[in-house]
Amino acid sequence: MLGGAVAALLRDRGHTVRAFQRRPAGIESVEDRLGSLTEPQDVRRAVDGADAVVHLAAKVSLAGAEEEYRAINIEGTRHVLDAMRAQGGGHLVNVSSPSVAHLGAAIVGLDATPADPERARGPYARTKAAAELLAMGADGHDGMLVTSVRPHIVWGPGDTQLVGRIVDRAASGRLPLLDEGMALIDTTYVDNAASAIVAALDRIEDVHGESFVVTNGEPRTVRDVFHGWCDAAGVPRPTLRVPGKVARVAGRLVEKVWAVRPGQDEPPMTEFLAEQMSTAHWFDQRRTQERLQWTPSVSMDEGFEQVAAWYREHPVGS
Amino acid sequence: MVNTPQNGRRRAEVPEVPAMPGVDPTISRTLEVRDHTGTLRRWHLLDTGPWIAARGITPRGTLLAVHGNPTYSFLFRSLMREDIPWRLVAVDQLEMGWSERTGVKRRYQDRITDLSLLTDALSLRGPVVTIGHDWGGLISAGWALDNRHDLAGMVLTNTGVHQRLEESLPKALQLATTPGFRTAATSVTDAFIRTTLSLSRPALPAEVQDAYLAPYRTRGRRQGIDQFVADIPAAADHPSRTTLERVAEGIRELDVPTLFAWGPRDITFSDRFLRDLIQRVPHADVHRFEGASHLVWEDADVAGLVASWLEDRFGTPEAPRTSAPEWKPVSAHAEQAEHQPVAAPIARLAADPTTAHGPAVVEMPGDSGPGREISWSLLNRRVDDIAAGMLGHGVKPGDRVSLLITPGADLTAVLYACLRIGAVAVVADAGLGVDGLTRATIGSHPDWFIGIKRALTGARALGWPGRRISVEQLPTLDRTVLGVETSIAELARSGAQMRDLGAPLDAPWPDPDADAAILFTSGSTGPAKGAALTHRQLGAMFSAVGETLQLDPTRGLVAGFATFALLGPALGAPTVVPDMDITRPGELTATALARAVAALGEPAVFTAPAALRNILDTASELSAEDRAALARSASFFSAGAPIPAHLLRGLRDLMPQARALTPYGMTECLAVAAIDLEGIEAAGEGDGVCVGAPVPRVRIAIAVMDELGRTTGEITEDPGVRGEILVRAPHVRDRYLMLWGTTRTAMRFEGWHATGDVGHLDAEGRLWIEGRAGHVLATAEGLFTPVQVEEAAETVPTVRRAGAAAVGPRGTQQVVVILETEEGYRPGRAARPRAADASLQEAVRRAVREQSGAKVVAVFTTAALPTDIRHNSKIDRAALSRWSEQTLAGQKADAL
Repeated sequence: MLGGAVAALLRDRGHTVRAFQRRPAGIESVEDRLGSLTEPQDVRRAVDGADAVVHLAAKVSLAGAEEEYRAINIEGTRHVLDAMRAQGGGHLVNVSSPSVAHLGAAIVGLDATPADPERARGPYARTKAAAELLAMGADGHDGMLVTSVRPHIVWGPGDTQLVGRIVDRAASGRLPLLDEGMALIDTTYVDNAASAIVAALDRIEDVHGESFVVTNGEPRTVRDVFHGWCDAAGVPRPTLRVPGKVARVAGRLVEKVWAVRPGQDEPPMTEFLAEQMSTAHWFDQRRTQERLQWTPSVSMDEGFEQVAAWYREHPVGS
Repeated sequence: MVNTPQNGRRRAEVPEVPAMPGVDPTISRTLEVRDHTGTLRRWHLLDTGPWIAARGITPRGTLLAVHGNPTYSFLFRSLMREDIPWRLVAVDQLEMGWSERTGVKRRYQDRITDLSLLTDALSLRGPVVTIGHDWGGLISAGWALDNRHDLAGMVLTNTGVHQRLEESLPKALQLATTPGFRTAATSVTDAFIRTTLSLSRPALPAEVQDAYLAPYRTRGRRQGIDQFVADIPAAADHPSRTTLERVAEGIRELDVPTLFAWGPRDITFSDRFLRDLIQRVPHADVHRFEGASHLVWEDADVAGLVASWLEDRFGTPEAPRTSAPEWKPVSAHAEQAEHQPVAAPIARLAADPTTAHGPAVVEMPGDSGPGREISWSLLNRRVDDIAAGMLGHGVKPGDRVSLLITPGADLTAVLYACLRIGAVAVVADAGLGVDGLTRATIGSHPDWFIGIKRALTGARALGWPGRRISVEQLPTLDRTVLGVETSIAELARSGAQMRDLGAPLDAPWPDPDADAAILFTSGSTGPAKGAALTHRQLGAMFSAVGETLQLDPTRGLVAGFATFALLGPALGAPTVVPDMDITRPGELTATALARAVAALGEPAVFTAPAALRNILDTASELSAEDRAALARSASFFSAGAPIPAHLLRGLRDLMPQARALTPYGMTECLAVAAIDLEGIEAAGEGDGVCVGAPVPRVRIAIAVMDELGRTTGEITEDPGVRGEILVRAPHVRDRYLMLWGTTRTAMRFEGWHATGDVGHLDAEGRLWIEGRAGHVLATAEGLFTPVQVEEAAETVPTVRRAGAAAVGPRGTQQVVVILETEEGYRPGRAARPRAADASLQEAVRRAVREQSGAKVVAVFTTAALPTDIRHNSKIDRAALSRWSEQTLAGQKADAL
C-alpha cells in the first residue's frame, strides 16, 4: 500500500518510476520489474540505471522463522546496497520502522533513538534494526547518500494488512481492547507517510545519515483509533475488554504454540502486538518536520473519512 | 590478600571496589594512609579532581564529604555535576563502605584524627567546604574545627551535634544503643541498613538499595556499623563525650557560610536536632525538604541546592566571591506604606470614648455556639492583659508562637497580643488538614503552642513541639495529660492582676523589621510553605487590603472566611463572624450571612470563593427580613481564587448595593490586583481571567518564557506578553521559613516576587491570569496556558467545566481535556474519568483548535473534577496531569 502511494506520488511529480516486487504492482505509468529481493541478480536488474532508490520491501508479519526475516530484511537490504554501489552509488531512502528502537517500554514524546538489533522486540524489529544499521553504514561511501524514514503504523483505504484485519475482527466480535485501550499511540495516514518519504528523497543532500520517525503528529488513544476504523467500515466497535497483562502472557503462549504449529494467517495475539496495543508510543515530530521541511497534509479525521469512502465502495462481508 | 610489612600482620581481605550505579568509575579510587595508630590503612573515596581537571577547570575549592552510619561515599554521588566547579572528595570512613576493615575500635576523636591524616596525605588545602551527613556531620564538624585555616564553609544534613541527656536521645537510637539489641540489629543482621533504606518515599530503586547494601553483605563487614552505634556518647561518662562537647560548643565560633539541608521524615535526626543546630549557628541558611527522609540526598535534590548555594556564597572559579550578596527583601524595593504598629489601632479606638464601647469582634449565635460581643475597650484590655501575662510567663519577643485557635475573639486577642510584644505568630489554616497542620507546625519550630483543647490533644498525639498553652482553663487532669503549662484565661488573669496592682503592660512596640508572623500558604499549589512577614510587611499588607476594599471603619466587615476575622482590628473596623463551621467556609449559608450583615448594618462582606455557589443555592431559604439585610451590604470581597462573572452577577441580585470585588493575591502578597463586576464586564473576553489593575503600591511585571515554558531572565511590562507574573509591593513576604532554595527561586528576579502564576498584562494595565507557570502546556505548536484550553472547551454548550492537562516531555507535550458535562455532573469527590463519546470529543477538539490553536489528543468526562482541598474551586491540574500521564501511557492510574 505504502509502496504504491510513493510510486504514484513520484510519478505525479514527473519522475520515471520503476516498481520492483514479486507480483505486478499495476500502477499506471509505473514500470513493473518482477523479482525477488533475496536474488542479487533480480535486485541488480531493478536498481539498474536508477538515481535513487526507495527501499520498502520487508517481511512484515508477526510470525515466522527468524531465518526468513533475516534473508529478506537484512540480506535483501544488503543486495540493494551492493547493487547501488556496483553502479556508482546514488540516493537511498531506507524505509524502516520505529520498532527498531522500541525496547518494550512506553514511548512518550521521544524523537528517533538508535536502532538496536540486540534488544528490539521480535524478529521483524530485530532484523529491520540490523538492516537500518547496515543501510546507514553505507551512507557517505562509494557515492551513496542514505537516510532512513520510520513511519509508525501506516494505514489508509484499501489496507488489508492492518485496518482490514482490525475491521474483520471487530465485525466478528473478536477484537479486544487492552486496558480499555487508553494508551496513546501515533499512527500515519498512508499519503503522509508517502509524502514524508518523498520529502526525505528531496532533502537527502542535507539530511543523509539521519533517521526520522514519521507520524501524523496527532496521537490518539488505541480506543479512538480502533473506533475510527470500525466506524469508517460500519462495523460494531470492540466490546471485548482484556487486561494488557493477560494479553501479553497470552501473546507469549500463542507465539510458542505457533512456533510449533503455525496457523493459516497471522497469530491472533503476540507479545509484541499486546505491547503495541497496551503501551503508549508516540513521538516528538519536531526534528522530523523541521529537517524534512514536511508536514502531514491529511489529518486523522480526513483519513478516517477516506477509509469510510473506501468501505462504502467495498462493504464488509461482500 | 594484602601483606602489610609495616606491622607484619596480615590484614583482612580487601575486596575490589565494584562499579556503583550512577557513579563514574574514574572518580572511584583507593589510597593508603596512616591512621591515628600509625598503621597504613586503605581508604576508598570518590574524588572528582581528575574529572574537573580534564574539563580544564581550576576548582573553586574542595568539598570534603563525610557520610554517616550505615552509608558510604555513594551517598554523595550526586555532587558530581557540571554546575559544581568544586573538587569533590567523599570518603568511606575506615571500617565502612569500601574502606578497610581493621578491627580497631575507633572513637569519635580517632575518626576526626584519621580524617585529618587523610586530608594531609591528599595535600588538601583550602578553601574547603565540609559536607556531613548523620554521624559524618559530627566528624566533618570536628575536622572543620581542627582545620579552620582551610575551612571556607560547612554543609550539614540530617545530623546532630549534641544530646543533652540520655532521654533526649531519639527513641530509635535509645533502642539501637541498648547492647543486646544493638549488636543484633546492626551487625548480626543487616536490619539497621535495611531500615534506613526503607524510609524513603517513593522507595529507592532496587539498584540503589543494592549499592548501599553491597559493602555490608557479611557480618564481618558490618562490624563498623555496630561500633559506630556503640560510640554514640549518650551517657555523660561515655569516652567520646568530651569530644562531642568540644565540637558542639566549637561550631558556635565558626563564622563561615553554613547550610543545613534536612529531610524532616527522619526517626533519628528529627527537627529537634535541626533546631539545636540553628541555635548554635544562627546565621546558617536552612532548607527543609518536606517529605524527604533520613537519606535526604536520595529523596530530594540536595545536590542542586548545594550547587546554587555554593554559587551564591562563593561565586565561580572565574569570579570568586568572598561574601554573600547583600540580602534585600522584595518589599524594600517597593514604594512604602505609612507604617504604624499593627496592633496600634486597637489601643487608639479603646482610648477614644466615642468608639471604646462599640463592637470590635462579634460572634453570631447559632449551631456553632452561643455567640458573644467584644468592645474595643475590652479587646484592648484583653490584648494587653494576655500580652503582659505572656511576658510574665516567659514568652519572649522573637519566640515563635504557633496558634491553633478557632477564628473569633480568642484568636484575635492572642494574635494581637503576640504582635504587641513581638512574639512571632505562626498561623496555619485548619483547611490544611491534620497532616498539613502537623507538617506546618513541626516545620515552623515553634517555641510555644497555643491551642484549643482539640488541637492540644492532636499536638500531644502527634508529637508537635513547643511548650503548650491552652485557650480555656482546663481541668488539672487534662492539663497533666496534655502537658499544658497554663491557659490564655490564666495569662489574661495574671495580666489583669498586674494591671490592678499598678503595673500595666510595659513593652516597647516591636522593631518594624523583625519577624511578625509566619503565614502558611494554602498548600493548593504544593506542600504548604511558611511565608515570614515582618511587622512592616504585615502592616503594609493590612493597609493594602483596607485601601483596596475601601474598608470604612464605621461600617465594619463580615468575615465569612476565617482569616479575615483577623483583619478588622488592624484596620480599626468591627468584625462579625457568621454562624458557620469555620473549617468549612464553603458551607456558609445565605441566611447565616444575612444575619451577620444585619448585626453591622452596611458592612463589607468577605467569603471564601467556594461559598458563593452555596450562598446562591441557599438564597431561596432567606426570609424577607434576611433578604433585606443582605441587600444592605456595602461591598463584597472574596479571596483565594478569581470569581467567574456569572457568579458575581448572581450575587448582585442578592446584594444590589454592594461593590463586588474579586481580587488576585496570594499568602506571599495578599493583595496584588482587584476588579469589580463593572470592570470585568468592561474587560470582556480574553485569554484567562481578568483580575484588574494593581492595587496601591503594587507593581506587576511579566517574566518572558521560552518555548519550553522556562523564564529567560527578561522582564517586561509590555501588554500582551505571556509569562510568569512578578509582583513588587511593600507587603510581599520577607522570605519562606527554612526554605532557602524556594526563597531563592521566588526571588531570582531582583526586587520581584515570582508568583509561579502565568498570565499577561493588557493595554489598560490590567492583569490576566492563565494558570500556574508549571502547568503551561509546552507543545510542538507553541506554549498554551491551561486556561486558554479550558475556556475554549467550555464554549461547547454541553460542557460545564473543563480541566486541561498535558502528557509527554516539554516542547512536544500533548493536550488532554477532562470535562464535567452539564448532564453528567455529580458534585462530590472527583471520579474516574471516562473517554468522551465521539461527538463530544470532536466538538471539544474543534473548539480548542479554533479558539486557541492547541491540538487536543484525548477528551475525557468525569462526574466531578478534582479540586484542591482548601478552596474547593481551583481545579487540581497537577492531579489531572498525573492521571493523564499514567492512563495514556497504558498504566494503571492513581485515583484522582
